[in-house]
Parts: sequence; structure tokens; C-alpha cells
Amino acid sequence: MTLIETKKVTYTYPGGTKPSINDVSIQIEKGQFTLITGPSGCGKTTLCRCFNGLIPQFYQGELKGRITVAGLDAVEQPIYELAKHVGLVFQNPENQLFALSVEKDVAFGLENLGVSREEMWKKVDWALELTGITDLRERPPHELSGGQQQRVAIASVLAMQPEVIVLDEPTSFLDPLSAKKIFEVIHDLNQRLGITVVLVEHRLDLTAKYADHIIIMDEGRVVQDGKPREILRSEEARLIGIGIPKATRLYQILRKNGIDLGDKIPLSSDEMAKLLREALKD
Amino acid sequence: MIKIEEVYFSYPNNVEALKGVSLTIRNGDFLAIMGQNGAGKTTLVKHFNGILKPTRGKVLIDGVDTTKTSVAKLARNVGFVFQNPDSQLFSESVEEEIAFALKNFGFEKEVIEKRVTWALNLLGLDEYRKTSPFMLSGGERKRVALASVLAWDPQMLVLDEPTIGQDYQQKEKLRQFILQMKTQQKTVVIVTHDVEFVAECNPRVMLMREGKIIADGAARDILTNPEALTEASIVPPQIAQVFFELSDLGLPKNVIDVYEAERILLERMRRKA
Repeated sequence: MTLIETKKVTYTYPGGTKPSINDVSIQIEKGQFTLITGPSGCGKTTLCRCFNGLIPQFYQGELKGRITVAGLDAVEQPIYELAKHVGLVFQNPENQLFALSVEKDVAFGLENLGVSREEMWKKVDWALELTGITDLRERPPHELSGGQQQRVAIASVLAMQPEVIVLDEPTSFLDPLSAKKIFEVIHDLNQRLGITVVLVEHRLDLTAKYADHIIIMDEGRVVQDGKPREILRSEEARLIGIGIPKATRLYQILRKNGIDLGDKIPLSSDEMAKLLREALKD
Repeated sequence: MIKIEEVYFSYPNNVEALKGVSLTIRNGDFLAIMGQNGAGKTTLVKHFNGILKPTRGKVLIDGVDTTKTSVAKLARNVGFVFQNPDSQLFSESVEEEIAFALKNFGFEKEVIEKRVTWALNLLGLDEYRKTSPFMLSGGERKRVALASVLAWDPQMLVLDEPTIGQDYQQKEKLRQFILQMKTQQKTVVIVTHDVEFVAECNPRVMLMREGKIIADGAARDILTNPEALTEASIVPPQIAQVFFELSDLGLPKNVIDVYEAERILLERMRRKA
């Protein structure tokens, strides 16, 4: 089942001289883990803002084409209706945190949805636990480090248990081990609870292995759309500035040197080590 | 040269962020400071231009004690790019943003014009000259912040998380630029979580944990030391992980670079054949 669909979407911000996304047609299936990547300024964030109505309802500007999310017309449906289906975690956590304590920030969305008090605290506890910030619950978000703020932002969206969670570089301020843990949490939510995940990310080394579907954008357009192994096989991904995982890169370089490690292109260091072990065997 | 001697620092809320840190940074050094969130990395680099002054211990910049001089005097030598570009951008256009510090430092109009154009060009921002920084993407804003500092050519550059939101090509440009600064005997300090970027740059690497330095050395030694990395919440670079896993086959353990990996593996396969 298709959960998010855009048809020939072109959008220009107010005062913009050219479209930030151009003729974008994509489909995101329910339950899938989709990775959107592409060079800086390619339109990734803009596309995410279309998924919960922020574009065009908040940002205005000029939009052409159709956007459907969970069967709703995302151009017409008010943002608060779309918010029940789509949770968006922003790139800069300071843009979405505002309460005086972490737990109030995490509870805010649930309060707005009219969830009972008891149910609300249960979900807040669950989200805090999952993101590893239970001990920060009384702290003011604006006094936390960038990485801690990102966890709060993720928790506040998770608490609402939306059908689809859209995360725009959600771990950019986190240390690698914490980032890895957050990606594991997101992967787990996807696998265990079936939440559809749309992740915007440059660091494919940490995320490619979780993806069912990769969309690559460049200059506002979708230039590649398909399964991770098929997309990372092409040299083109690297040429337009995608930082493909180093393990995958090593496979490609060896292949150019005439070393064939088989057709299954590796997405992680584990997979690459296995292929090499096989090839180096006596 | 920066000399940090047994520095302790506590914030007004009594959180002790640095607990006895000593290090020396020489002109021309390229240093990457890595470690867990809250390890004290940003607190430490804020001592490099006197924004913060030690609670105990000493910070000497070219022999001058930072507690005995003003931030204004030190600012000209050390350019800072913060983690979050929104903390430092405020002008109506990218061009004005980059010209701002140059004007404050009293550069002549033609020089300002030239430096602004140079910085815009270097960071691929020409087309946004007249655009408001707030219309740009996160990655582009980060580059505007960087351009505004590079424009006045400081002796030392401190970049807090410079690769956030940057794609591979931008990172490659940044790497080239840093290496170029190094050849001019300029000092570059980056605070970063981006292990793959550090593996490609091959700088001196310092790991921090809970306000202390726990390792300091060449990237290929530090990034292939699993115990120190785990303590600092760092995941080893992918190439290092591949070689760890294959160390029982007699492959070296300290490889972080993809082209070095290529050389070693090709050699090995040639011998096998």
C-alpha cells in the first residue's frame, strides 16, 4: 500500500528565483524504511516539508502537482489533521523545542491530540526510555547539548506513535555511538511496530543497511529511485556527491581492478569482511 | 602556538566540564577533537580564543595568558565556526554576512569586495550572494558561517562540526582547503563526530571523555584502537572495521584509508594467485 505519493510536484519558496523541487514523483510504501539523500541544497528538506502540509500551508510559495499522505490530500487537509499521521523531526532541534521541561515538550503533541492523562504519561515514559533521556525529563530543553536536544525532538514525535515518521538528519549533532543507537531505535520501530520511516541522511555508512528504498535527489529532481544495492552499484551515486559507505566503495574499487567479489554489493563492513574472507580463503 | 596547562573549567551551574586538560597545539597542526556528547570538546575549544577562561590552570596563546588579555584582542587570530550556523548568522544577505567581520576589522572597501568574492567562490555560494542566509538549506548556512570566518584569514581556525549537512563533494573541498591551510603554517582544529571524514583527512586525533583527554596521536593509531574508541563513544571507520574482522588472516589492523586498503588487498590477492 502506498502511504505517501507525490505526482509531478514542483515547488518554489516565496521570493525564490527557481523551484527547490522540480517535477518530483515518488511513492513511499507503508512499512518501508526509505532513505532520501543527495547533495547539500538538493531539495531533501523541502520535500519532507510537503509530507505534513508545512509546504504549502505554512511556507506558502508556489506549488504545482499532487501530494497524497495516508489517503489525505496534503495540500488541502489542515496541518493538524496530517499531524495525526505524519511525525516530522526537524534538522535543527531548536526549531521544535519550546517547553520548560523535556517531559512537557514530549507530552505536548499528545495533549493536543486529546489523549487521556494516564495514557499520555505512559507514552511519554516509553518515548523517553526508548531515546535514552529518562534522566533528563525535568531539564529545560534549551539548556541541553545539541545531541541531547535531538533526542528530545525524536522522543516528542515518537510519543505520538505516528504511522509515518519523517526524520531530517536527526542525528547530525550526536556522537557516532549515540547516532548508531538512534538509528537502531528507528530501525527497531520500523521492524517491530511497522512504523513507516522516511529518513533524510548524508551518512549512508550508518544507514544504508537499514533501508528498503533509496531516493537520490540532485538540484531539486529525483535522479535515482530504487533498492539500495541497485543504486549503490552505480558509479553515478558517487559522482553527484553521495558519500557512499566506504565498505561499498572498497568493493567498487576492487571490482575496477578486476577483482570480482560476487554480485551482492556490500552495504556494511560486516558484509564486506565476509566477501573478502571468502575471496582470501586458500 | 597554544599551550593548555592543567586546565579545569566549571560552568556557573557548577557542572565541571574540564577536569585537568593539558595539550600543546603548534602552528600548522591539524587536530581533530572527538568524543561523546558532553565530553567537554566545545568547552575546550572556547578556551582557544578566550571566550571561556579557565577556572584553574593556564591557557597561553603565543605566550600570552588569556586571563590577562581581552577576547577582542584574541579574536583577530582565531576564527570560530559554531556547531549551529543559526547561532552566528544575522545579516540580510550572504554577502553582508561575509563582509561583516571584515568591516569590523577595518579592511578597505576593495579588499572587502575581493575577500567576499573569494570566499563565496571557494564555498560554492556565488549564486546566493544577494540571498538571505535564512532562505538557504542547513548545509548551505553552515558554509556561509564558514565563509564569513575564512574571509578574514585567521591564523587559527576552529570548526565545530564542520561536516554536518555537507555532502561528499563539499567535504572533499573542505578537506583540500584544510590541507592548504596547513601548508601555510595555519592551525586548524575541528571538533567532529564524523569518523569517515577524519579517516580521510588523517590529522592528529584527540579523544575526550568526561572532561579529560583519553588519547592523543595519529589518526591511523587512534581510530584503530577499539578500547579508546568505545570509551569515547566513537564507531571505528568502516575500513578499520573490515580489517579488524580479517586480522586473523594476517592483515594489518591499523588501516583506515580506502586506497591503502585497496593496495594491501591487491597485493595479497596477487600473491595468492
